[in-house]
Amino acid sequence: MSAPASRTLSGLYAGNVRAVLERGFKVIGNQNWTIVVSGFFEPVFYLLAMGYGLGGLVGTVTGPGGAEMSYVAFIAPALLATSAMNGAIYDSTWNVFFKMRFGRIYEAMLSTSLGPLDVAAGEIAMALFRGLLYACAFLGVMGVLGIATSWWALAMVPVAVLIALGFAAVGMAVTSWFTTFQQMDLINIVLLPMFLFSATLFPIGVYPQAVQWFIQALPLWHGVELMRQLSIGAFTDATWLHLGYFVVMSVAGVAFCTLRLRALFLR
Amino acid sequence: MSVIEARALVKSYGELNAVDGIDFDVAPGESFGLLGPNGAGKSTTMRMIGGTSLRTSGTLTVLGLDPETHGPEVRANLGVVPQQDNLDTELRCRENLITYGRYFGLPRSYLRGRADDLLAFAQLTDKADEKVDNLSGGMKRRLTIARGLINEPRILLLDEPTTGLDPQARHILWDRLFRLKEEGVTLVVTTHFMDEAEQLCDRLVVMDHGKIVAEGSPAQLIRRYSTREVLEVRFGSDRNAAVVAQLDGVAERIEVLPDRVLLYSADGEATLEQVTSRGLQPITSLVRRSSLEDVFLRLTGRSLID
Repeated sequence: MSAPASRTLSGLYAGNVRAVLERGFKVIGNQNWTIVVSGFFEPVFYLLAMGYGLGGLVGTVTGPGGAEMSYVAFIAPALLATSAMNGAIYDSTWNVFFKMRFGRIYEAMLSTSLGPLDVAAGEIAMALFRGLLYACAFLGVMGVLGIATSWWALAMVPVAVLIALGFAAVGMAVTSWFTTFQQMDLINIVLLPMFLFSATLFPIGVYPQAVQWFIQALPLWHGVELMRQLSIGAFTDATWLHLGYFVVMSVAGVAFCTLRLRALFLR
Repeated sequence: MSVIEARALVKSYGELNAVDGIDFDVAPGESFGLLGPNGAGKSTTMRMIGGTSLRTSGTLTVLGLDPETHGPEVRANLGVVPQQDNLDTELRCRENLITYGRYFGLPRSYLRGRADDLLAFAQLTDKADEKVDNLSGGMKRRLTIARGLINEPRILLLDEPTTGLDPQARHILWDRLFRLKEEGVTLVVTTHFMDEAEQLCDRLVVMDHGKIVAEGSPAQLIRRYSTREVLEVRFGSDRNAAVVAQLDGVAERIEVLPDRVLLYSADGEATLEQVTSRGLQPITSLVRRSSLEDVFLRLTGRSLID
């Protein structure tokens, strides 16, 4: 290309993320409350079925810092982390996929004054909003059930937003490569086992060492550990590592996502 | 001064030059057409004007600015009507207009009145609170055009505005576009319909394989590249090619298409008499005025719609 490199970097941002958010809230107001509500109930059902059903057979589990905790209190923070992940993933993968490939919503947005960065930031923010809603609602349920025993539990809400940011940014970037529904199914193939095996429903100690390392490389495990520690206010040296994991994932994800949007829409 | 100026504009995708070194100017208030078959490079040119496609080489200015470096500013003065409707189906008609206006950063108080005016212009006032999916094809198209006008653009880009519409819907749409023209909006239209180009365009370029092969007003192009009239005769698909040898000299130019033979001359009726006087009896015959379709056939050796 003979053109100067700076040319492709300008014209990406118009400082109008707000308009993208307004559109998102308008759509939620119009029709999407059912999806918001169903996304909230899923972890609540898990909590009730596993926590109280299975929990009766399990008794207590050793939690962070060696504290004995009831099984339901053990899995609740993990379900909150998963819930934040699912909310963010829903908005940043399926919603984005539809708007990109079928609704052509982004094409329309980008024929206005908006730049790709406005659109990316707005869509990620909408995913965070969903993650935030789920987190607040689930924390409310935990409060009612008496399984959030520390004031630190309130910090689970902003941490849920951070978890959502990491997943939303990476999810959106990955979705930008997908063109068919079959490819979209890959997302579930990755997310479901990650949910089941990331020390969400039982401690990571049940695995052989090699499997533990693998689980510890995945993002959800860090989210689960972080949430579990916050729920009872017991921290370890690894707390910062867990937080750091999501900060890095978020920064890398947003950068990655912007590059992809530019490649897609400024052809 | 031109509102759009392209010089040696090239867009390559790998080996393929979708747009292969074109030059053109669009004057303010003009209705300018890009005519050509599918794949001629019209839509790519449109995307470069809107700054959503990066050119490979050459220069392009829109309202004096480079759309690549000043995308948001350029698009603030553009209305874009894409080839496929991309209305927001999760919003209702009126919300579509207002939300789109917000993307330009326009205030809500202004947009409320503007949206009502545009719904009236698009003859959709009674559909204001309807879901987009419940509109007919022609209504969706008019709503897309109304949406493209929300920012009072100086230039309206229309990519194949009436493709897929029935004749009545096309005429309603053309009527709306005429009104815009009268109001002084610069129109840039791509089309592969010659009747549309003749209806809408003051001036047009004919594109083929990414290059401009002719330029002028529809009347000029027809005068330059065709005769006044055309005689279309059919002898049956297996005989059309065979009779051509016997038609030598009856017309200025002869084109043989799979289903018919086109004879170009100043007087079609006289030509028909000559044909029959040679003992040939066409199954059907038709005398008509030359159109841009004939210009295209002459320039490229192919018909516009395959």
